[in-house]
Amino acid sequence: MSETTVSRPALLDGSRLIVEACARAGVDTYVGYPITPANLIYAYSSQRLPAVLPAPDEITALQWMAGLSAAGRLPMTATSFPGLALMVESVNMAYMMELPMLLILVQRMGPSTGTATAGAQGDLLLLQGMVSGGYPLPALCISDMDDCWRLPPIALQTAVDLRGPVVLLTSKEMAMTQRDLDLGQLEDIEPVRRAFYDEEAAYRPYAANGGRAPDFLPVGDARHQVRLTASTHDTTGILQHSTPEALANTRRLQEKVEEGTPVLYDLDEQEGAETLVVTYGITAGAAREAVAGLRAEGKAASLLVAKTILPAPNATYEIMDRHARVVVAEENLQGQFARLLFGQRPPDKVTVVGSIGKMIRPDEIAQAVTA
Amino acid sequence: MSDFLTTPDFPYCKGCGHHHVARNTIKAFESLKARPLDVVMVTDIGCHGIVDRCFATHTVHGLHGRSVAVGAGIAMGLPPGKKVVVYIGDGGATIGLQHILEAARLNVDLTVVVHNNMLYGMTGGQPSGLTPCGFRTVITPEGSPLPKHNLPQLALDAGAPYASRVLGTGDFSATLREAIEVEGFALVEVLELCTSYATKWNPELKLRELAQEAGHEPGVWRGEARPAFRLGSGAERESLLAMEAVAARYESPLEGSLAVLVGGSAGEGVQRAAELFAQAAMACGLHATKKGRYPVTVGVGFSVAEVIISHEPILYHGISGADVVIATSEDGLRQTLGHIQGMQGGTVWLDASLDLEAPATAAEVQARDFRGHAGARSAALYALLTFVQESGVFPVEALVETVRASSIGKRVPAKVLAAFTPS
Repeated sequence: MSETTVSRPALLDGSRLIVEACARAGVDTYVGYPITPANLIYAYSSQRLPAVLPAPDEITALQWMAGLSAAGRLPMTATSFPGLALMVESVNMAYMMELPMLLILVQRMGPSTGTATAGAQGDLLLLQGMVSGGYPLPALCISDMDDCWRLPPIALQTAVDLRGPVVLLTSKEMAMTQRDLDLGQLEDIEPVRRAFYDEEAAYRPYAANGGRAPDFLPVGDARHQVRLTASTHDTTGILQHSTPEALANTRRLQEKVEEGTPVLYDLDEQEGAETLVVTYGITAGAAREAVAGLRAEGKAASLLVAKTILPAPNATYEIMDRHARVVVAEENLQGQFARLLFGQRPPDKVTVVGSIGKMIRPDEIAQAVTA
Repeated sequence: MSDFLTTPDFPYCKGCGHHHVARNTIKAFESLKARPLDVVMVTDIGCHGIVDRCFATHTVHGLHGRSVAVGAGIAMGLPPGKKVVVYIGDGGATIGLQHILEAARLNVDLTVVVHNNMLYGMTGGQPSGLTPCGFRTVITPEGSPLPKHNLPQLALDAGAPYASRVLGTGDFSATLREAIEVEGFALVEVLELCTSYATKWNPELKLRELAQEAGHEPGVWRGEARPAFRLGSGAERESLLAMEAVAARYESPLEGSLAVLVGGSAGEGVQRAAELFAQAAMACGLHATKKGRYPVTVGVGFSVAEVIISHEPILYHGISGADVVIATSEDGLRQTLGHIQGMQGGTVWLDASLDLEAPATAAEVQARDFRGHAGARSAALYALLTFVQESGVFPVEALVETVRASSIGKRVPAKVLAAFTPS
């Protein structure tokens, strides 16, 4: 698309951009189970992707995706908390088997069925603790239309490179709100780079060979045997109780994600600013407006929009350390991102601006900065 | 030793029927002249599932009850010609029954071999959905009081072209072979007795008699033959961004931004009207956002659209203070009342039919017969047209043209658009 810089303004929702970006990046199958507010992603996928499978429930959806991924395809799904809850065990399976796939989590207001048509940012702590043993699951968060276009290919490449599930986090107000966007300004998207194991030596599906993630080879290969398992296993994929080789393999799962997840954020740091506004996702728009308003009044403030939510990058802490005060703005009551970063008792310099049932307003953030 | 094996020793208790299933499966493959790497063995959680390491085929060992679903994913993802065989127990078949029915309904090219020893062997011998009435287990020492599922029948009802049941003794490789040969979904239920738990609680039982008494008769049943499920061809699809661009053809005298709330009832075109309004604003060189607020119900309840238009890029698309509120139904008025009461200026456009007390507000209130002029389905659009024309926020022609060019252009009553078109 960048071959032409002709202005092409259009009104569109985030879901449309996300699906088009996924299609161009190489997602080849969508496995869907309907749930508000993720249904637009399902609908667009049915128009755009090479294959769409309607699953009878979310557990089946994730299991089909695991099977498709094992067979060499790049599947994705989109869901919201109730669906994700059903997928948890299967996400763990894909994590242990090391199967690349993309999960888009469109957050809505809970608890439970809550209000399906109200946005929220309330599922961070579930994502943080989703893999048994506390192993990190990569989660990237969309904060604006630009991210709807830019992050899906990065998320998919991460899934391929790390051989595992990656979560792309968003919320109802991003997936369903329409905005004007100049399509002519969107950059090209290249398909993800992917190579399968192609050597003579017997394939060992979990031998990392010094790398973070083992080479991938689909089951059904005509030359090499492929073993996949969700149980603790050695490098050949054979179940072990707790041999040193098997435990080393399990440790590697953590290391590859911590070392290999791209560190993404937008930092707008103002010299002399004592206060840093930290946000992510749907609250980023309000935070940007709040910071711009403060500066217009001559009040200094810095802004960090986190894109890599999990595993929490060191950069997030380093940027916070440079500021005397931190205002974390997110659409939940607990300050989940603050808790994710600091535990149940964030340092005194951290103030949380929260909300449920409505988006956080710029003036609420500005007020916390100037308080 | 068979090419299909990496070891001749299976990891099962002495006398367990699982030995027979594994041996007969290999015999079936050999009689089909299959090669080990043509085969993907998918195993469930349960004693049968630890056989993976003995097979020289591809092996996939997943979660309890989910092996049919992950196997279905593999079978759908692979090109035709590979054989995907799923091993599952009666416990796995119980918790994963939906996966079996769905794979049968889709007719996924898959063979499911159910090791039915009528209890959960790995966890102490609890009853499953395939435990027959009267069968004694660790938690039903008096005998299970419940009937069992007839799994082959369920699979057939769900659309399987093939289902069978065998006693898990002797040579039943021919039955497994014909199941594997089916191009589509096939299920084989193998009856066994767990040597650790079934014989402990039911020492007098003989497998053949139990099968007879329980109505677990061996047999082969064929459903309607139909093509196996295959994934789409992957043909090139049109870009989702191949949409008509909104060229700026008009100008707007708007200063700053304008927040417009449109409140109406579901099914009355509120969201679509607001979307067209946003596009019309873009046709006048403005930025626009359109956010929807509605309950989970589709055809009933309120529907509120929140539109912001501005010459500057819009960072925050929520509306804290509305400049304009339009309410075309009681649902819509109730949902926008808080905004109306908080307005310090601006305009409120109410449908004249609203039988509610006029809200207290500092805004100017206009009552018009939108529903009467345009009908319920076009009332919101009519109200927006009225607002645009009378406020001059941008030329009303922009909205009229946008509506005409849209998919609802022909559906809107002609007189609605005519009212805003210079004659």
